[in-house]
This record gives sequence, C-alpha cells and structure tokens, in this order.
Amino acid sequence: MTAMLTANNGTRLAVLGLALLALVTLPLWMPGIYYVNVGSQILFYAVFALGLNVLVGYAGLVSLGHAGLFGISAYATGYMLQLGAGHSVAIVVALIVGVASMAVFALLSLRSSGIGFIMITLALGEILWGLAYRWISLTGGDNGISVRGRPAPFGYSLTDPVHFYYAALAVFIVAVVMVAIFVRSPFGASLMGTRDQPRRMNALGYHVWMIRFYACLFSGLLTAVSGILFVYYTNFISPQTLALTSSAEVLLMVISGGPGTLLGPIVGAALVVVIKTVVSGFIERWNFLLGAIFVAIVILVPEGIVPGTVRLWQLITRKRVSAPAANAEAASSEAAP
Amino acid sequence: MNFWLVLTVNSVTFGGLLFLLASGFSLIFGLMRIPNLTHGSLFMLGAYVGGSAVVGLLGFKLNFWLAAVLATLTVAALGALVERFLLRQLPGDQLAQVLVTLGISFMAADFCLMVWGGDPMSVATPDGLGGFARVGTAVFPLYRLAIIAIAIVVAIALWLLLDRTRLGAMIRAGVDDPDMARVVGIRVSQLFTIVFALGAGLAAFAGIIGGPILSVYPGLDQDMLPLALLVVIIGGAGSLLGSFVGSILVGFIYNFGQALLPELAYFVLFLPMLLVLLLRPQGLFGRHMP
Repeated sequence: MTAMLTANNGTRLAVLGLALLALVTLPLWMPGIYYVNVGSQILFYAVFALGLNVLVGYAGLVSLGHAGLFGISAYATGYMLQLGAGHSVAIVVALIVGVASMAVFALLSLRSSGIGFIMITLALGEILWGLAYRWISLTGGDNGISVRGRPAPFGYSLTDPVHFYYAALAVFIVAVVMVAIFVRSPFGASLMGTRDQPRRMNALGYHVWMIRFYACLFSGLLTAVSGILFVYYTNFISPQTLALTSSAEVLLMVISGGPGTLLGPIVGAALVVVIKTVVSGFIERWNFLLGAIFVAIVILVPEGIVPGTVRLWQLITRKRVSAPAANAEAASSEAAP
Repeated sequence: MNFWLVLTVNSVTFGGLLFLLASGFSLIFGLMRIPNLTHGSLFMLGAYVGGSAVVGLLGFKLNFWLAAVLATLTVAALGALVERFLLRQLPGDQLAQVLVTLGISFMAADFCLMVWGGDPMSVATPDGLGGFARVGTAVFPLYRLAIIAIAIVVAIALWLLLDRTRLGAMIRAGVDDPDMARVVGIRVSQLFTIVFALGAGLAAFAGIIGGPILSVYPGLDQDMLPLALLVVIIGGAGSLLGSFVGSILVGFIYNFGQALLPELAYFVLFLPMLLVLLLRPQGLFGRHMP
C-alpha cells in the first residue's frame, strides 16, 4: 500500500470507491446467504489480520500467540453473557480483557525482539490455549461456551446474516481507516523507524520500548474487536480457536498478502478464508494444505502476494515506484517531529 | 508421604523425557538461531514410528529398544533432509525459517493423523521393566526409574560430546560466535546439519521412550512443543546445563501443578517463565539474548 500511495491519486480513489461499492452491495449480488456469511468471515478475519499486521508488518515483531488474544476476548464475551450481562457490558469487558492481556503479553515478550519475541508469544499463546482447555469450571473445557443471540445496536438486530454482514463491514471500515491514519501518523513513522533502525531511533531520543508497547496495545485492540465479532458470528467459542493453528492461519493471512501493507492482510484474509471454505468442502486435510502453502509462499513468493502483484503491475506499466521510495518517505517524516 | 514421593519420581521422569526433547531443541536454537517448531512433530513422529515397529504395524515386529533405535535413525535422517533441502535455502532469514518449520509441523501432524488415525496408540512397556521397585512402603514402576537412568546417561554422553570432543568444541564455538568460527575454518554449515540431525534424533528417541507412559496420540506434538520452548526460555538457549535444570524444573512444576491444581496446571507453568524473563531474559544459563 505504501507503494500504491504514491501511485496516481485519481486511479487509487476510483479503485477504492469501486471496492467499497462492491463490499456494500455484496449481499445483493451474492447468490445466497451462505456466501454473505463467508463475506462476514472475511471481514472480521481481515480486522484480525490488520491487527496482527501492526506488529508483523510495521513493528517487525512476529507474534505467534495472537489466537490466544483473539480467543480470550471471545471467551470474555461468552462468559459475561453466560453470567447474564447485557451485550454492551459483555463487549466492553471483552475489549478491556483483550487489551489488558495484550499488555501482559507485551510486558513479557518485549523483553526481547526478533526470534525471542516469536518464542515468547508462542509460549504465551499456548498457555492461554491450555487454560481454555483445562480450566473447565470457567471455560467449559472442550465443550466450549455457547452464546445465545446477537446484539441489536440502535434496534438493528444482527441476527439476520445480512445485517450482521453490514455490522462487520462497518467495523471493518473503521478498522481500515484507523490503521491507515496510524500508518501515516508520526507515531506510525516512528514505529517503522524502530522496526528498521532500533538503535538509531534510540540514539535520536525515541523510547523504542514504549513505541513498541503502544503498537502492541493497538494491535490488541483490533484483535479483541475481531474476537468479539467472531464469537457473535459463530455463537460459540472453544479451545480450538486458540490453538497454534489459528495463530498460524492469521499469520498466513498477513504473510501471504504482504506484511507492512494496508491492503495485504485484507487480501490475505479473503484468500485464506476462501481457500479454507472451498477446500474443507472437498477434503479434510486443511492443516496439511495450510502447512504446504506456508512452505510454498516462503520459498516462492517471500514478499507476499500484494507487493508481488504491485511489482508486476509496475513492470507492466513501466512505473519505477518501489519500496525504497516509501521507506525514504517514512524516514523523512520520522525526522520531522 | 508416599503420594509426594511418587509425585517426585514422576516429576523427575518427566523432566528426564523433557531433557531428551529440549536439549536438541536448545542446541539447534543456540547454534542455528532457529526455533525449530517441528520439534514437537519430531517427538510425535519418533513415537509413532517406534510404536508401529513395536506393535508390528510396519509388517515386522521389533524389540522395544531396536524400535527406539530405528525411530531415532529414521527421524534423524528426516531432520537432516529438512535442514539440507529447506532450511538451507533460507540462510539468515529467521522469520522464513520459523514459518517453514511451522508449515512442516502442520503437514507432519496431518500426515500422522492420516496414517495412524485418531485413536491413541499404546506402546507396551519393554520386557523386564514392567515390574515395580519397592522402597519401604513406596512402590515405583521400574520403567520410570529406567527413563531417569537413560536421561542421565544421555546427559553425560552429550556433555562428553560437547565438552571433550573436537566436534563438541566446534559446536560450542559455533554457538558462541558463528562468524568467528567460520573465520577460523570451522565448517559451520556442516555443523548445522549434524546438530539438526542430532536434535531430531534425540526428540524421536524421547518420543518412543515416552510412549509407554504418555501413549501416542494426535496432538502430542502440540503438547510437547510448548514445554520444550519453556525449558529453553527458562534454561537459556544453547546451554546443556540450562536444558537439564530447565527440564527438571518444568517437570516438577508440570507434575505438581497437575496433581494439586489440575485446572491451572498450564498457568502455574507460566510463573517461572515470567520470573526468568523479568529477572534474567537470556535464561538461567544463557549467554546471550535470543
């Protein structure tokens, strides 16, 4: 996206408008409710992937524990509803629980970066999974928690799949706008600075740890939001959602689309959800395919699908606008504040 | 009193198994800077291959110890192949290496499910070790004591290998400073393959040795991998002593946690990790931050 930002503004607006139009009218031209539901899934997984991308793409911190955060928000929603709380209370509590858990994750995992960060988030995610699985009196163990009903904000009941789709779309658009603003803000620039040159940023007087910590909280917020959408969509949450496979799935969304781009995680989410939906209709071996895709992407298209396509597009149209230009832009705005 | 004694023996047994698993993991991580996420799968694969040979699924029946050797060698060869043909393609790119090992671990888990099905496979205790040892009023299964003995023997052998041989000196040099090791003429990339195969073989050996007490089931990989990670985070990467102390510690906490606070066993495991990360982020015996 950073590369696309520098592309022709008019074309970009037209493409954005078309995409938005397609998303808004999707329930009208999709052949059935089933496909609208797939659309909803893509939207909340895209929010999840956007949240992870804040860390993976912009902060250079790869988390393999995000499914735990996603799941803990979903569990918090389910548990509050089970206690008899209203939807708004449940959602607020879930957001707080999600962001607070992310804060704990960050406090521990930011002791290190690079590989250490991956290992610690992985271990933390597995611990949350273990808790969901074993702490039966709270989580219901393997049986999970069922959630009855969906909220009705402003009297607009989300029980209807199309209504739910529009709610997910609204949240999705807010999330995309938030991330877009975040990326272009001085704070986003300084975060990318800590990704590329942590020592230099430190020397320039930036508090690298604090910048990363805030980025973690932002990522945790988006993750919690998507977890809440998820639990209302499926009306069910079980330890399976917190498993390492789920963390890997969302990481695959980010990596396949292209980390550090705005559009990448969205395309990746659509791709993974569609492949998973289509494939699970035919064969049981989703995990095998997931693993194979991982290996193939890393070996064959390491930069991700969106940057790869952008590069091809630029080759075709012979425009020499490439990633280094975007980096220089980030560097100049980083020096400005 | 007996309860505590039995629990202690079980903890040490489990710690011994963890050591077999985690020492290889720690060496691979220390030397190659790769958190090898296939390590749980290698453990499970070793258990399945060895278990099949014991039960006779492979068309022939083997003695337990021969089956353990077969599993170790098979998986070590597999590890060497993965290192040579996949990880070698991605030098220095740690994220890519993590993703590839993660991908392979999913493929391996699904492969095992496809071949061996979803039912747990129980592996019989080897002949002669099915009995019990009596100490006063306490009764200990012989096999658990045997596992402790095996772990100690392997630990000593590993220590001798690393501390007393030329190969060990080269591995230690590679762990401490790979660039410098290259400069003085050590073929670090060849060491990678050797250490990877060694680690894979140890994991598989742990898998089959653990078979009679843990049984073999789908998801065993996901149960073991976080424990190996914990051991390395606590003990420090690349340190044999760290793996040993970390394994015993995690073995104790895991078993005592499960016996006393079954619902929170996983959470209790998390506490020592928290302490270590806060006070000594490189691990108890680690030299440098990962």
